[in-house]
Amino acid sequence: MSLTYEDVIAKYEPVLGLEVHVELNTNSKMFCGCSTIFGGEPNTQTCPVCLGMPGALPVVNEKAIESSILIGLALNCSITPFSRFSRKNYFYPDMPKNFQISQYDEPICVNGYLDVEIDTDEGIKKFRVEIERVHMEEDTGKSLHVGGATGRIHGADYSLLDYNRAGIPLVEIVTKIVPGTGKYAPEVAKAYVAELRDILRSLGVSDVRMEQGSLRCDANVSLRLIGAETLGTRSETKNVNSLRSVERAVRGEMIRHAELLNKGERVVQETRHFQEESGLTRSGRSKEQAEDYRYFPEPDLVPVAPDAAWIETLRATLPEQPTLRRKRLQSEWSVPDKEMAAMINADALDIVEATVNLGADPTRARGWWLGEISRIANEQGVTISDLKISPTDVAQIVALVAQGDLTDKLARQVVEGVIAGEGTPASVIESRGLKVVSDESALMAAIERAIAAQPETAEKIRNGHIPAAGALIGAVMKETKGQADAARVRELLLTHLGQPSD
Amino acid sequence: MSNLSRSDVAHLAHLARIDMTDPELDALANELDVILEAVARVQEVATPDIAPTSHPLPLRNVTRPDVVTPSLTPAAALSGAPASEDQRFRVPQILGEES
Amino acid sequence: MITRAAHEMSAAMASGEISSVELTQAHLDRITSVDAQVHAFLHVDTEGALAQAQSVDDARARGESVGPLAGVPLALKDVMAQQGIPTTAGSKILEGWRPPYDATVVSKLKAAGVVILGKTNMDEFAMGSSTENSAYGPTHNPWDLTRIPGGSGGGSSASLAAFEAPLAIGTDTGGSIRQPAAVTGTVGVKPTYGGVSRYGLIAFSSSLDQAGPCARTVLDTALLHEVIAGHDAHDATSIDAPVPQVVRAAREGSVKGMKIGVVKELNGDGYQAGVRSRFEESLELLAKAGAEIVEVSCPNFEYALAAYYLIAPSECSSNLARFDAMRYGIRVGDEDGASAESVMNLTREVGFGREVKRRIILGTYALSSGYFDAYYGSAQKVRTLIMQDFNKAFTSADVLVSPTCPTTAFKIGEKANDPLAMYLNDIATIPVNMAGIGGMSLPCGLAPEDGLPVGFQVMAPAMQDQRMYSVGAALEASLLSQWGAPLLSQIPALVGAK
Repeated sequence: MSLTYEDVIAKYEPVLGLEVHVELNTNSKMFCGCSTIFGGEPNTQTCPVCLGMPGALPVVNEKAIESSILIGLALNCSITPFSRFSRKNYFYPDMPKNFQISQYDEPICVNGYLDVEIDTDEGIKKFRVEIERVHMEEDTGKSLHVGGATGRIHGADYSLLDYNRAGIPLVEIVTKIVPGTGKYAPEVAKAYVAELRDILRSLGVSDVRMEQGSLRCDANVSLRLIGAETLGTRSETKNVNSLRSVERAVRGEMIRHAELLNKGERVVQETRHFQEESGLTRSGRSKEQAEDYRYFPEPDLVPVAPDAAWIETLRATLPEQPTLRRKRLQSEWSVPDKEMAAMINADALDIVEATVNLGADPTRARGWWLGEISRIANEQGVTISDLKISPTDVAQIVALVAQGDLTDKLARQVVEGVIAGEGTPASVIESRGLKVVSDESALMAAIERAIAAQPETAEKIRNGHIPAAGALIGAVMKETKGQADAARVRELLLTHLGQPSD
Repeated sequence: MSNLSRSDVAHLAHLARIDMTDPELDALANELDVILEAVARVQEVATPDIAPTSHPLPLRNVTRPDVVTPSLTPAAALSGAPASEDQRFRVPQILGEES
Repeated sequence: MITRAAHEMSAAMASGEISSVELTQAHLDRITSVDAQVHAFLHVDTEGALAQAQSVDDARARGESVGPLAGVPLALKDVMAQQGIPTTAGSKILEGWRPPYDATVVSKLKAAGVVILGKTNMDEFAMGSSTENSAYGPTHNPWDLTRIPGGSGGGSSASLAAFEAPLAIGTDTGGSIRQPAAVTGTVGVKPTYGGVSRYGLIAFSSSLDQAGPCARTVLDTALLHEVIAGHDAHDATSIDAPVPQVVRAAREGSVKGMKIGVVKELNGDGYQAGVRSRFEESLELLAKAGAEIVEVSCPNFEYALAAYYLIAPSECSSNLARFDAMRYGIRVGDEDGASAESVMNLTREVGFGREVKRRIILGTYALSSGYFDAYYGSAQKVRTLIMQDFNKAFTSADVLVSPTCPTTAFKIGEKANDPLAMYLNDIATIPVNMAGIGGMSLPCGLAPEDGLPVGFQVMAPAMQDQRMYSVGAALEASLLSQWGAPLLSQIPALVGAK
């Protein structure tokens, strides 16, 4: 009964459409001066405007317009010379005015594209996702459903509304339909959202944290028989809150549609909700009787008509495109593909680059951030950027190791100390007494003691059995509490016992 | 030209979230017929070559700087609420979908 | 003292003849005495008014310089949000709501030391021409208590005519300042759209609404105009330019060399005989004062009313969506098991009056898919045509004039069941709102057939509001010298008046 993915793609061609909502990271809301900080106490970031009080009026946040233009430019869009806000009229308790101020037929950016690459069995494949529009709108408040078993809306006795989020600037990025991805549709969807996220992050316009909802993806999926011209009926899956979910949701919907179509049933045009646990979607509102939103130009706002000078000023601030930057850094640092992927996956690119820019060797810098520091971050359940260690700290540690002032083992303790909040690498070294023992007479004394304690081992070495040196080096390291440079100890030991040291 | 039925008006009343009685719907259907006939006169002169005016002022790009200004206190924000709980607006159960 | 002009009261306070507290108390007493009959006020803020009066008196006593209207009482239309003061917009749905903020106009009044006596009655959400649509009962015209005081700002104008306040704030979407001024024998100005901030004005039709000053003389109106006008960063449609010099124009009151255009289409058939004769007489006076009277034609004005009754309801259907019983206002039907939607539906059914519901439904229809282009879209094109008519007319005249209304005040209840007849009242005032220009109404006499006030309308190009004051002050002066006393001196005394 249940179809496999292979069954689906053998018969059908998927067509994608992706709508991504991004919360901009402006300081204040889209139409009023309330703060946008995440996680505030309920209704502490509200005012007459974002509560939709009688008489209150919106005024557009200039930074939100600039961020939207930057997004459009980064996505190769045309910036429209004349754009407007409209009112989208529908009633819902989380929307204070019972209309959303949004851009409708006159969005700020149109007709762009984003190229994405995915790694397949047949090698790297490139897909172009065409962007239909980028437009500005405002977010809604949040409801807390009380009563009932699940805390969900269904079965709740009543709801409690917090409007802190109401009016936070949103940018919606809508693709044109994306045909031709074939079996790679789920990966293309994921890669598109990932690439978009990287671009938005590089622009600095959003926190792009899917888990906090500052980047939300709605995935439209339809199927048609391979070779067919007309599009199938689509479903729109909301609540897709991680990159992995984007892929799962598209794959899941493809299978669900195919099962319906194979049984001769029709796909209902509707909104569906993605459920993280099962990876399945649940039916939401049917769109068969299309909502009549009665759009009309927002009379409280005037048109946005950016002139060429404004656009060019913004264009000049565009950062390097993430894909190009990744390629450049990979070659500059000579990073193997696999490790590059790991670094991107760990969101470590920025932090490693910052460390390298402070003079650290790229391989060493990468080693620290992806090795010891990532391990500690994992243990604490945070990301590396949340830890109390900066690129400056890591660059100093790398330098100290290179100068022979620290061994790798000591350096790990320094890292641990810095993360634990004990101060800069220098102060950790100082307070923990982690300096390498470089006094050669002290080392020689320790070597003499080790030889005296293990005369037979020493004899073996004198007879040319070099591997036996390990035991004596270990003893010296133990005596110096690891603060000696093992390589130097080996050198001194072998020379002392009349053996070549290299 | 138009002839609104009770169910037409009921649909509009639903869109506008007003729970009208049947007599009210019937009365309104008749009134709207008369009014719509009168206002439909705009179509006599609204030829395709005329640009629409949605606003009397030719203003463009009126914005505010991205600066945080003081919000209301939660007490002030909630002062007019028919019901509140835990510093939130309390509303009856919301039917429909999760948003 | 209460029958004097505001600028005279101000002078009396400056000379020490009277204090603001005394002046305010005199008006509060007058309200107590006559408002049971007039019903101009929905809320009287005795405490707040006296406190503000006291602080102005204190400032004066300290020798601080205060503004020209400091200490003068004012009646505020209940459509303006005033912090902590009940604000209903004449609707039951907002019963008991006390805004947590001040409208910009209110902030400016407070800063100027104006004493806000209370909130005045109005047609619900400013929809109406008679104040009969108030959820709190009608206001009565002080000239004849069986007649309407105009609308929607009937409370504000009636309070002026009844000497309950020398100044008032109105709002004008299709004539709601000018028509009440006309039928009560008072002065009212709708400034250029964007001249006065709309922040805190409970919206009816955002692209048409404009707050403005009301008073008993042209100069008082100008003084109040300058207090409330000016750019406001909280209103994106506010004009960022200097306020026209309306006080100077009102003081000079000169029409020498001015071209005054009589709009052919806003006169004649459908206009009451006494309205026409008073209007003609006023034209003669203006000609005598040195103006050149020309005739202009605005052929598309005949479509203005139709376009207005599409645009205003469309915008109102959206503006009034926020009244949903969730965050403020009344809540109906919140019983066990009720849903948010059913509570919204019931509250809006019970909380809105008939006219408001009629317009919401009309607007919902005009904006709905399939009808948008035919109705809302066409109305916007008519708006373009009306603006073109004005632009053309203003090439041959500095200002345009017409009677403010086709008739004098009609009887309460007379047109209550005929919306179209009611809408016709606004036929001469609506074009001004459609084009966003300024319009003034000032009294030009009583119609011989009914002895009721007639309004004279002056229209000026956008941001040329001072021209209306030049013409208004000149006409007012000519009429005053003819009458020997202000028109309101002829108003019948109200029973109970002291």
